[in-house]
Amino acid sequence: MAEVAGAPVRGARTAARGRAREAWSRLLFGVGGIGAALVLVASVAAVAAPWVAPYDPLALAPADRLQGPTSEHWLGTDQYGRDTLSRIVHGGRASLSVAFASVAFALLVGGTLGALAGFYRGVVDGVVMRVTDVLLSFPAILLAIALLAFLGGGFVNLVLAIGVVYVGPFARVARAAVMTVREEQYVEAARSLGARDLRILAAAVLPGAAAPLLVETTLRLAYAILAEASLSFLGLGTQPPTPSWGMMIAEGRRFLALAPWATVAPGLAIVLVVLGFNLLGDGLRDALDPRLRGRGRA
Amino acid sequence: MLIFLGRRVLLAVPTLLGVAAIVFLLMRAVPGDVVTNLVGLEGNVSVERMAELRRMFGLDLPVHEQFGQWLAAAVQGDLGSSLRTGRPVATDLALRFPVTLQLTLSALTIALAIAVPLGVVAALHRGRWPDGLASLIALLGLSVPGFFLGILLILAFSLELRWLPPAGYVAFSEDPVENLRHMVLPALSLGLVLAAATTRIVRSSLLETLHRDYVRTARAKGVREGTVTVRHALRTALIPVVTVVGLQFGQLLGGAVIIEQVFSLPGVGRFALEGINLRDYPVVQGAVLLIAVAFVAVNLLVDVAYALIDPRVRYG
Repeated sequence: MAEVAGAPVRGARTAARGRAREAWSRLLFGVGGIGAALVLVASVAAVAAPWVAPYDPLALAPADRLQGPTSEHWLGTDQYGRDTLSRIVHGGRASLSVAFASVAFALLVGGTLGALAGFYRGVVDGVVMRVTDVLLSFPAILLAIALLAFLGGGFVNLVLAIGVVYVGPFARVARAAVMTVREEQYVEAARSLGARDLRILAAAVLPGAAAPLLVETTLRLAYAILAEASLSFLGLGTQPPTPSWGMMIAEGRRFLALAPWATVAPGLAIVLVVLGFNLLGDGLRDALDPRLRGRGRA
Repeated sequence: MLIFLGRRVLLAVPTLLGVAAIVFLLMRAVPGDVVTNLVGLEGNVSVERMAELRRMFGLDLPVHEQFGQWLAAAVQGDLGSSLRTGRPVATDLALRFPVTLQLTLSALTIALAIAVPLGVVAALHRGRWPDGLASLIALLGLSVPGFFLGILLILAFSLELRWLPPAGYVAFSEDPVENLRHMVLPALSLGLVLAAATTRIVRSSLLETLHRDYVRTARAKGVREGTVTVRHALRTALIPVVTVVGLQFGQLLGGAVIIEQVFSLPGVGRFALEGINLRDYPVVQGAVLLIAVAFVAVNLLVDVAYALIDPRVRYG
């Protein structure tokens, strides 16, 4: 029975493959390519930080404190003489790992809840949507601040605090996508052939809902990096001595007049990486759905 | 219209209850419990004092009773007292809320003053360089954290040019000019980020309406192009903008927490952060509740405004 039920599903997959090739070329030759490059450089630098960074990010050198850019320290040094470039490279680890983990959490939880709500409708739908409504009734950053204030800092709590906020948006996107797809003929075909709910969801509905979820994921990564930076700036995120971009800005700020580089450089790192994810997300959306090309984001 | 209003207000009640429940549960989410945590800070405290503190927080009662009591008090404006100063939290919030309100409303004004013209220009020159430039500015604005923008503005206008103060606050009633001078940079930091998001929405919304039939009809009747754009297309185009800006206003309240910190403004957000640093839980709870309730209220107002602008919503 399952084999027969698979036939229309495979048909949908072949069509999707043709579209995918076209989408790739649209993505890489547009602004999305620039975004992908920025994200790639930042990710590689973060993963390879110990080999890429010219200095130990924690090594103190009081004699070299608060320097501007020199041939030895390309982006200068901070108030303890630590190399700013090395700290930015290592700081990327904190920022990116928190961002990826929190968005993965939100995608998993929100995506699943939304997909179930959109597929089954009824009571499940009502409950899931009311809960996301309440979650969305908080300004995102405030909910994260409040959670961290009461739960305390640390990687896991930071990931949860940022991730919980995005569960709502992911649930909505997944729900909307699943609701559109579930009425398609190939889903109906699979159902009439007797495929079970779980198989229909996994094999027929989810591939159709993947595109909007992928776009949402990329754009949420941009928000998550901003959130991590903001929380670390407030002292609620990544804790010293582990460097993170937001914390570097908060520390460098006290010496803004003396050594603006220690503050401006990590800020620029945030801007470039967030810009990268934004460009990539916009590029993905245009590539996956040409009808939306050039439209604003709500 | 009254029925619509009534229904919409009633719908906000479960949301508010949910918000209150989350704020309430936050305090119970503290590992161990609040009292053990506080006592840990103060060192040696007698068992009697701990029991007294637990009673003060109502921690000796079952959870649903605690929530009921806390909610009943909160509805009457009693948010408890600060653990540090002993002052009622509600009193302090009332002093600080105007600062946050002035900051967010100024930011909103700045955002709209930039976003509407920029979005209109972009839409009217779709695909040409003004569109590209506006999109680039908007994208950059979306990628800059507000607190970093604030620091850049301080660097430029306070430290280099020495035009504006880098931090601090003067009440409007004391000295209106100084008040505004202290508000310019924070409002800009918050407003420019919102302007970026809003520009994109104005642009896409106007692009959609410019192709509607009634716009073409107006043109065919010989109405001048400028009038068509503003009177016919833009009016309709701004309807979705109202909704999104309303939602964004909520995010402004969140952003204000950070901007107040950057510029040392004594608003609700900074109050909350001070509370966090001192583990003054009633203060944090009160401030978070106030901002969340303000957020729900703004969304309610947006829905009502929406119905006023667009009669279709009322009968939908």
